[in-house]
Amino acid sequence: MTTDTPILEIKGLTMNFGGIRALDNLDLQIRKGEIVALIGPNGAGKTTFFNCLTGIYKPSAGELLLTPPGQTTRRLNGLKPNRVTQQGLARTFQNIRLFPNMTVLENVMIGRHCRTRAKVLGAIFRNKKTVQEEKEIVALAFKILEKIGLADMVNEFAKNLPYGAQRRLEIARALATEPNILLLDEPAAGMNPQETAELDNLITEIRDDGLSILLIEHDMKLVMSLSDHIFVVDYGKKIAEGSPDQIRNNPAVIKAYLGEDV
Amino acid sequence: MISFKDLKKAFLVALWFIFLTFPIMVIKVNPFERTIAWRWHNMFYVAAGSFILYLIGRLFLINKAAQQERMKKQGIKSVPKTDWQQRLLTEPRLFIPTLGIMLVILLVFPHVLSTYQVNIMITALMYIVLGLGLNIVVGVAGLLDLGYVAFYAVGAYSYALLHLHFGLGFWTVLPLGGMLAASFGILLGFPVLRLRGDYLAIVTLGFGEIIRLILENWNDFSHGPSGISNIPRPGFFGMEMTLDQSIMYLYYLMIGMVIFTIFVVNRLQNSRIGRAWFALREDEIACQAMGIDKTKTKLTAFALGAFWAGMVGVIFAAKTTFVNPASFTFLESAIILCIVVLGGMGSIIGVIIAALVLMLLPEYLRAFSDYRMLVFGGTLVVMMVFRPQGIISTVRRTYTLEKKPTIT
Repeated sequence: MTTDTPILEIKGLTMNFGGIRALDNLDLQIRKGEIVALIGPNGAGKTTFFNCLTGIYKPSAGELLLTPPGQTTRRLNGLKPNRVTQQGLARTFQNIRLFPNMTVLENVMIGRHCRTRAKVLGAIFRNKKTVQEEKEIVALAFKILEKIGLADMVNEFAKNLPYGAQRRLEIARALATEPNILLLDEPAAGMNPQETAELDNLITEIRDDGLSILLIEHDMKLVMSLSDHIFVVDYGKKIAEGSPDQIRNNPAVIKAYLGEDV
Repeated sequence: MISFKDLKKAFLVALWFIFLTFPIMVIKVNPFERTIAWRWHNMFYVAAGSFILYLIGRLFLINKAAQQERMKKQGIKSVPKTDWQQRLLTEPRLFIPTLGIMLVILLVFPHVLSTYQVNIMITALMYIVLGLGLNIVVGVAGLLDLGYVAFYAVGAYSYALLHLHFGLGFWTVLPLGGMLAASFGILLGFPVLRLRGDYLAIVTLGFGEIIRLILENWNDFSHGPSGISNIPRPGFFGMEMTLDQSIMYLYYLMIGMVIFTIFVVNRLQNSRIGRAWFALREDEIACQAMGIDKTKTKLTAFALGAFWAGMVGVIFAAKTTFVNPASFTFLESAIILCIVVLGGMGSIIGVIIAALVLMLLPEYLRAFSDYRMLVFGGTLVVMMVFRPQGIISTVRRTYTLEKKPTIT
């Protein structure tokens, strides 16, 4: 599945908050169809990394280069979050950020916003094109929800869903934007072992559809079983990268996690 | 059942109300005869009234809690939401006849009742449209706008001034006023794009006051506090109409306007743009991360909200045939906001009911003369305490997996 040009290449990403350097000269590559994990102790800068990548923060320095399959390379630096999503990067949030008072289906339909174009007049007059587009949005949202396993709760309010389902709904919503790369920020946080196993399957399925996945996760079992490649950060610096096996035995990683030499 | 603790609390509530109402209910100063009348019996009524009302409220809450407890025991997870209003709104069997009856009442109304009543009704209908307009901004998109009356003023003055200087007629200015107000909405939207919640509220409040102060002080432009008079009423193909006829005509015009507004606002809310507005209200960051352009979405909400205020402003100027800045104070904004909040954020039917109640209640409460506003305020407080989600809580559109989505 993997090809040689990385679909996403990050060079020298640096982020300063006043005097604090949250990210320091980070390099990272993701190839098509690859699952890459970003791990590190709490406060290492993983979520900051996501926020820089998706345009919520403006990085102080560095290059974010996206090369969608069969297209030219483009920079993501300085783009607004909605433009980044339009370019094919979709994310979930560490602390769930669904639209609580909208139904499950509507949450997913929102994801289609950047791929559709009905305007005010279209909404008022409901011309053929708008009606057709609306139908497609609903159909696709249903399809995604079926795949994610939430098809029987489409008309529930998002806030009434159990925790694990909310996490999956976030993934469904992100998938609706037709991303090339899916950024998952601790998708397994707070899940029980069975839910985690289901998540494992789901992520593999998404990868098999040809998406690349960048994963932040603390559940080492999940990370080790899923990832093709792992990056470890601590205090905003990359301290190791490699295959799961290499990382497992890397002394620097063990030191960062356990705090002393082994 | 009611415990001793509740009785104690009710007693304290009664004491508190005695204290609160003492100056107005008990003491009566007669400045001519220089006497003070102590109306102790009033104090007794207040005490008894608040004591009993508190206990009734308490009993109501206890019953509700017990009911929920029972539900839980029986293992019913979610309360099935088929109370009468939901059913009235969703079942066509009930919905269509209700609508028909209402339409007949509305159409016959001006022929049966006096011009005075029709005038009040026109005002209420105007506030329905204003409420529906503000509902887009506050209820749907979640942008707290305290200066909505500014757009109303823009509409009213655009008719007054365009007629004065260019002799434009009502029907030409009606869409023009709406569009002018919409562009003012965008004008307000730009500086407040980054603001949210309290900060946004303060800036919009300032904007509303700026418009009013400009109208009040820029004499050459707006004729200052003395206003502009002799604005013509709307015409009907050049027909001559008596005052009564033209008011009746205005009434039917407003009915048409309300129906038009409901139609458009409903379609907007159930569209791609409406969904983006709802998402913006729910979570701004997630909304952007899902590819929604925050700037565009906010500006369309401001513009489309202001549009209705502009149109109603034109109608207002035509109805009163006179505009001056005193009609566009903060109080107006507050009342329109009340309509939206009381009706239920984002609910079209809720806003309509709230507008009718809030506009008609003070009129028909004139029988209570002095206590009219007290009752009005009390109703608002009680309403918000017992039903914070508004008269009609938002019902989301549901979809089923078929060839085509059905609206229920």
